[in-house]
Amino acid sequence: MPIDIDIAHVAKLARIELSEQDMASYRAQLGVILDHAAKVQALPTEGVQPTSHPLDMVNAFRDDVVTPSLDRDEVLSQAPDATDGFFRVPPSLDNE
Amino acid sequence: MNWEPVIGIEVHVELETASKMFCGCAVDFEAEPNTNVCPVCLGLPGALPVPNRKAIEWITKIGLAFNCSISERSQFHRKNYFYSDQPKNYQISQFDVPVCHDGWLDVTVAGATSRIRINRAHMEEDTGKSIHVGDSGRIHSATETLLNFNRAGVPLVEIVSEADIRSAAQARAYAQDLRTVVTALGVSDAKLEEGSIRFDANVSIRPVGTEPFGTKVEVKNMNSFRSLERAVDYEIRRQEGVLESGGIVHQETRHWDEGEGVTHSMRSKEGSSDYRYFPEPDLLPIEVTDEWRDEIAATLPEMPAARALRYVALGADGDSASSLAGSEALATLFESAVEAGAPGNVVANWLTGEVTAWSRRESLDVAESALTGKHLRDLAAMVAANSLSSTAAKEVLGYVLAGEGGPAEVATAHDLVQISDSGALEEAVDEVIADNAEQFARLAGGEDKLIGFFVGLVMRVTGGKADPRAVTEILRSRIS
Repeated sequence: MPIDIDIAHVAKLARIELSEQDMASYRAQLGVILDHAAKVQALPTEGVQPTSHPLDMVNAFRDDVVTPSLDRDEVLSQAPDATDGFFRVPPSLDNE
Repeated sequence: MNWEPVIGIEVHVELETASKMFCGCAVDFEAEPNTNVCPVCLGLPGALPVPNRKAIEWITKIGLAFNCSISERSQFHRKNYFYSDQPKNYQISQFDVPVCHDGWLDVTVAGATSRIRINRAHMEEDTGKSIHVGDSGRIHSATETLLNFNRAGVPLVEIVSEADIRSAAQARAYAQDLRTVVTALGVSDAKLEEGSIRFDANVSIRPVGTEPFGTKVEVKNMNSFRSLERAVDYEIRRQEGVLESGGIVHQETRHWDEGEGVTHSMRSKEGSSDYRYFPEPDLLPIEVTDEWRDEIAATLPEMPAARALRYVALGADGDSASSLAGSEALATLFESAVEAGAPGNVVANWLTGEVTAWSRRESLDVAESALTGKHLRDLAAMVAANSLSSTAAKEVLGYVLAGEGGPAEVATAHDLVQISDSGALEEAVDEVIADNAEQFARLAGGEDKLIGFFVGLVMRVTGGKADPRAVTEILRSRIS
C-alpha cells in the first residue's frame, strides 16, 4: 500500500497544472518513491554519521575575487521581455 | 487584561565582500542594472555555485561577536519558492545546521540590562531587486515589474533572536546595538535606508503571567530604528485591540506603512515545510575547524560595549561613551584627543554635542571633516587657559569642522580670543571704575548686586572677550 501524498498541494507548490488523470498517475508513482524512502528511514542508523553529500570532502571555496560578468545585451536578449536594462515581468504581488 | 508583548527579531545583513556568495560577479549597488550577473546568479541551467571563503570567515566573525557557538560542520539547503526576484526558484540558505548558533547580546533600556538570546546566524544569498511600475507606485496597483539581478547572490547573513524581547523600546535597542557591532566588525556598511541591513519583527502578546506564546505576526518594511519601534508598538496595540474585542490574531505577514503609521496585512504565512528545504547537492559541507575559528577570533576588534566601558574610565559619561563607541569616526577622534592629553569629559561632550550636530546638519560623516584629535586637544587647552570661553569654544569648533583651520588660527580670525592677559584686564577694570566712581563707592559700601553692572561694563569695553570670572576677581581685589 503506497504512502498517500497530497498531490494537488505538491503540484501547486511546483506551479504545475495537472489533470485529474495526471494526478492519479503521479500520486501512485510518488507514493512508490516515498515507500522506498520509508524503507531507508527504517534502517538502523545509530552510530552512522549523517551524510548530505556523496563525496567525502568539505570546504571547496573560492577566493573573494571579482571575475567578469556577462554582457547585458546578450543576457537580456534571452528573456521574453526587457526594457532599459531591466528584465520585464508581469506584476508580481507576492508568493500567491 | 494586562498583556505582555513577546518579540523576536530577524536581521538580514548584506556582507560587503568584493564578489558575490557563489560566483565572481562584483557586489556593487551603484552599477547599471543587470551588469553584475552571470550564469550562477541568474540560475541558468548547469551553472555551479562555489562559496566565497571570505563570506564564511565573516559570518564566523559575526557569530563570535555575538557570543555564538560555531558549528564545526554546517551545510547549505535549498529553500524552494517562486518569486520573480529569485531567478533559480530557490534560495541557497541554511536549515538545520547554521554556521553560528546559541549566542546572545546584552541590551540596556532605561538602565535595565537584559540578555537577548540569539538562536542562530546562518549564511544565505540575497535576491534581486524589483521595481513595481504602476499608477501610484504601490505594489498592489503595479502594472508590471522590472527586475535587476545585481543584488541576486550577494552574501547575506540572517541573525535570528529568541523571542526574548518584551517591549518596542527594547526591540529598537537590540536592533541598534546589533547594528553597532556589525559596523564595528567592518563586514557590512549596514545602512538601513539602503537596505544593507534589514529588520523584521515577530510580534505576539500573551496575558501577563502566562507561559504559552500567542499567535505571532511578522512585521516588515521598517527602514529606520524609529519606524521599527513605532511598528512594533503599533502591532502590540493592534493585537491587544483584536483580542480585547474577542477577535483572533491571524498568523500572517504585515507591512509597516510609515506614512499612515499602521501595519497592513500582506499574505498568509506559508508553513516552513512548504519551502521543501533539502540539502543543496551542488555544495559540500562547510567545516570551521577550531584552528580556523581561533584565527578568525584573533581578528575581532574591540566590541562597542567593552570600548564604552573604557571610555567611561577616560572621563566620558555613560551615554556619551556609548555614542562614541558606536561610531568609528567619533571613537577615533576621542582616542587621539585623549592620547594627546585632552580631558575626556570635555572632548566627549563636544563630540556627542556640537560635532554630531554638525554631521547631521551637513549630512557629512565626521570622518570627512577637517577635525583632528590634536585640534580637540588644542581647543581644550585654550579653554583651560581661559583664552576661550566655553561658548566661544563651540563656535571655534564649528569653524574647525568647516575646514577653516586649527583652533588658535580660527579663534584669532573670528576675534573670539578672550583677554587672558591679566594686565590688560586690570587696565580695563580700572578704566570702568574711574568712569563710574559713584557706583563703585556704593559697591564698595556693600551694595553687592552692582558687581554684575561692573562686569557687564567691562565685557562691553572688551568687546565680550573678557573672562567674567577673572573680571569679578579683579573687581573684588579693588574693593578690599
